[in-house]
Formats: sequence, C-alpha cells, structure tokens
Amino acid sequence: MRNFAAIFKKELRTYFTSPIAYVVMFIFLLLAGFFFYSGYAYFNLISFQAMRSAYAMAGVNVIDWVVRPLFGNISVFLMLIMPLLTMRLFSEEKKTGTIELLFTYPIHDSELLLGKYIACLTVFLVMLGATLVYPLMMATFGTLPWGPVLSGYLGLILLGASFIALGIFASSLTENQIVAAVLAFGVLLFFWVIGWAANFVPPKVGNVLTQISLLQHFDNFAKGIIDTKDIVYYLTLILFFLFLTLRSLESKKWRG
Amino acid sequence: MIEVENLTKYYGSFPAIKNITFKVKRGEILGFLGPNGAGKTTTMRILAGFFPPTSGRAAVAGYDVFEKSLEVRKRVGYMPETVPLYKDMTVNEYLNFAATVKGVPSDEIEKKVDKVMGECGIKDVRNKLIGTLSKGYRQRVGIAQALVNDPEVLILDEPTIGLDPKQIIEIRELIKGLAGERTIILSTHILPEVSMVCSRVIIINEGELVAVDTPENLNKKLSGKSELRVEVAGDKEKVVESIRSIPGVVNVEEKEKRGENSYLYLVEAEKERDIRGELASKIVSSGFSLLELTPVGLSLEDIFIKLVTEEGEVVQ
Repeated sequence: MRNFAAIFKKELRTYFTSPIAYVVMFIFLLLAGFFFYSGYAYFNLISFQAMRSAYAMAGVNVIDWVVRPLFGNISVFLMLIMPLLTMRLFSEEKKTGTIELLFTYPIHDSELLLGKYIACLTVFLVMLGATLVYPLMMATFGTLPWGPVLSGYLGLILLGASFIALGIFASSLTENQIVAAVLAFGVLLFFWVIGWAANFVPPKVGNVLTQISLLQHFDNFAKGIIDTKDIVYYLTLILFFLFLTLRSLESKKWRG
Repeated sequence: MIEVENLTKYYGSFPAIKNITFKVKRGEILGFLGPNGAGKTTTMRILAGFFPPTSGRAAVAGYDVFEKSLEVRKRVGYMPETVPLYKDMTVNEYLNFAATVKGVPSDEIEKKVDKVMGECGIKDVRNKLIGTLSKGYRQRVGIAQALVNDPEVLILDEPTIGLDPKQIIEIRELIKGLAGERTIILSTHILPEVSMVCSRVIIINEGELVAVDTPENLNKKLSGKSELRVEVAGDKEKVVESIRSIPGVVNVEEKEKRGENSYLYLVEAEKERDIRGELASKIVSSGFSLLELTPVGLSLEDIFIKLVTEEGEVVQ
C-alpha cells in the first residue's frame, strides 16, 4: 500500500509538473466546450421552431438534443486523446532506463502498475470533472433530469478507464512513446469500428461483433440505461488489459 | 554474504556470462574488472534482482535472487551504470521517493535522507532538479539512492565513469568510507582504481571468470619472480659476471647503454628472495659504481592484459 501510494504520487507529480496534463486537459475542455455550446445553440433553435406545434414539441428534450450528442462526441474524442496520456507511463521509464531502478527496488509489479494506472485515471477524472460545469449550467438556467446525465458520466468513466488500461498495456510493450500511442489508437479504433461490420456478416457473428464494440456499450449509458451487461463488459476489458500488462512487465525480466 | 554458483545468462543465443562462481564475505569491497562487454553489468543486474539468470544460482544474504527477489531487493542498494534518475524531480523529492519504496519507516525518512545527502555531499543541491545537475552530482545522487535504506550490500556499476579526476578521487573516498559493515561490489575498467579501493578482485573476460584474488596476491602470483632494474658503471662483462655470482639471481640481461661506461641491467631473482642488499654491496665491493636500483613489479595493468589475453589460464 505504501509503495502504491509512493508510485501514485510520483506519477501524478510527473503529469502535473510536465506540460502533458495541462495541454491534454486544455485541448479536451476547449473541444468539449465547443461541442456543448454548439449542441445547446442548436437545441435552442430547434425548440423555438418546435414551439409552434405541440406534436413537434414532444420530441424535443434536453437529453436527446444536448446531453446524448455531447457524451457521444466526448467518447469519440477521448479515444483520440487518452493514448496521449498513457503513452509515457512505461515507455518513458524504459527509454530513460529508470525502469532498471524501479525493478530493483522492493516493489511488486502489481503495485507499480496500479500506482501508474490510478494516477492516470485520476488525471482523467479531474479532466472529466471539469465538464460537470455544463450540466450544472443547464440545471441552473433550466430543468435537467439528472438521471441520464449521471449514468452518462458513469459510462464515460468506465470507457476512459478501459482506454487507460489498453493504453498502459501498449506502453509496456515498447520504449518508444509514439509507437505506444499508435498501438493504442489502432486497437481502440478497431474496437470502435468492429461493430460496423455487424451489418454485412451473418447475424450470429454480427451479434458477437456488436457486443465486442467499445462504443456500443457506451450508448446505453448515454441514454440513461445502466445495464449490468455493459458494466461487466468494461470491467472485464480493464482487468484483461491490466493482466496483460503485468505479464508483459514480467516477460521483460525474463528476456533481459 | 553473496554466493554465486555457476551463473550463466544468455541473451537469445549469446552467452553474456558463463559458469561464474564466486563468494563475497561480509564487509569486503570486491572489484569487478574486465574489458567492455565482459559481463560485469549482467552479473551485477542479476545480483540486484533486475533479471534472473538463465541457469545457476545466486544468493544475497542467504536469499535466492530469483525465488526471494523481494527480500534480496530490500537488502541491496544498486546503482546502474547509466545512473538513470527522474530528471523532473528534485534531489530531495527523489530520495524521499526512493526511501519510501525501499521501506524506510515514515518517521525516519527525513532523517535518513538527510544523512545520505550529507554522506554523499549533495546537501547544497537538494532542491535542484536532477536534470540540471552535473554528471558528478548525478553520480552522487545515484549512490545516495542506493544507500538510503542502509542496505547490507551495495552494488555499484562503474561508479567513477565519466567523472573528472577530482570527482573520481572524491567518489573513491566516499566508497572506501562506506565499507566496513557493508559489502560492496563495484565494477570498473580502470585498473589502478581496483588496487586503490578493493580488498579483492574478480577479473572476467568474455563472460568467463579469469581470476579471483587480492590485488597484492595477483601481483605476486603472476610475476612468479621478482625483477630489479640496476644501472651500473663499469666493464659490462665483469658486472654481469659479478651479479650472476649472487645466490638467488636467475638471470641478468643488459637492457640499454646509459652513459659512457654505464649500462642498465634487468636482474631476475627468485620470487621470495630480496637480493637488493647483497646486490648493492657486491657491486660496490667489486669496484663498480651503483647508479640505480629499482624493484620492478607487474602492475595490475600488466596482469589484466596478461590474464585476458592468455587463453584458459585460470589463477585462483
């Protein structure tokens, strides 16, 4: 526990003493803010137009027109920036050789991995926490059903946590940060688009592909549905990649 | 304290070290000597618990480096050759981190860190970023992090490489000062360093153990006989004849003409015999003048070159 805390502190420090965390957060919040603004402005326009008929008004609500698209955009955008947060976690230590000292300190690999993982997750949560401003604004100046918003956030947290698990695994494979980022991008994109193939393969296979797809499971959360199936999917993914990372760290020692 | 038996490590199909066996007693300073690529770093990495050997056994303080890796790592302070440190941390922060993960109790960390900073002479740079330090200071931070939890065993890979002569002397003094309770293994390819710092020397070449002994014994064993440089003024043949007549002299050889009537001779004598006194009085009483008398010992440098170039001759 002490070792975990020490690693966690060190990693968090590195994120916030280098420009990485600030740059990533800045870009993320800038784009998220833009998505929010444009989504809300469009919603305004639509609701003025819809006011003319009660029938049209029925389909216009803040969840479907602002919150869901916003979460959808953020989820895609996260896929692009999370590898930038995770790429340095092990690659940098390997490149600079500091991994040699870490491996000769009395630290368990699991403590090392969890320290790094949770530190990265913390950066992500801080970043995501800043976007809470948008629903708070909506709730202040109008009425907002909080249920779907919170379930959407739960979905984003699970999604981000899986991205980090995959990214940290990619980082443990190479000493080159660019390679680590590209690997993570590639796999994430693959997990994203794999659901598309469902349309033109036999239904049985298609069903499997849909279930594997990363964003498919996220959509439920954005709609306000919390399904155990989706939670289990993300948790499995996280554990699977953390397990692979542990194996990868171990194999480094064997191969020398 | 450290036991190594038939240690072998392959990188792919390339053997980095082959069947290395040695023991280190508590309190010894052991010098690892060998040319680049001889397997010094590999052996040290195995002892520090960085990676396991391909075959063979190594134990530190009675714990196997593979099976009880964590126990070994608690007891070993290790400084890798490149001294990899986190450049974006200050010296103080880094040593605190090292002390924490090395299991120093929380309430002692401050005291311990302060102590090693004093020992290594880095107190005045404690709040500087490691990335801004000079090579010499970084080397000291490297030694400081190895020392911070008072390990029983200290493994230093090329601790003086890349330093200026003044820093080299300081680091050597530091290492000597650390000996006593601690067992220290250090590697180097600077030969005089070994005779200055170490109580025992291991010479390895191409992954194989060539010799294990004290620096003095290595000198003795390898020289086999003692040699004297003697410069005498006087008739050459008569001088040679009179030197030969001294009991214990094995061979006399004229090396070069030094002056009008004086020559430099190389006199070989039996190993355990000191013939200097006899030689001097003999020459003087024979009516020649003695101009120079110097004992010649094989320097560690000669031994090293001799050992690593001779095939298969193991001195133990």
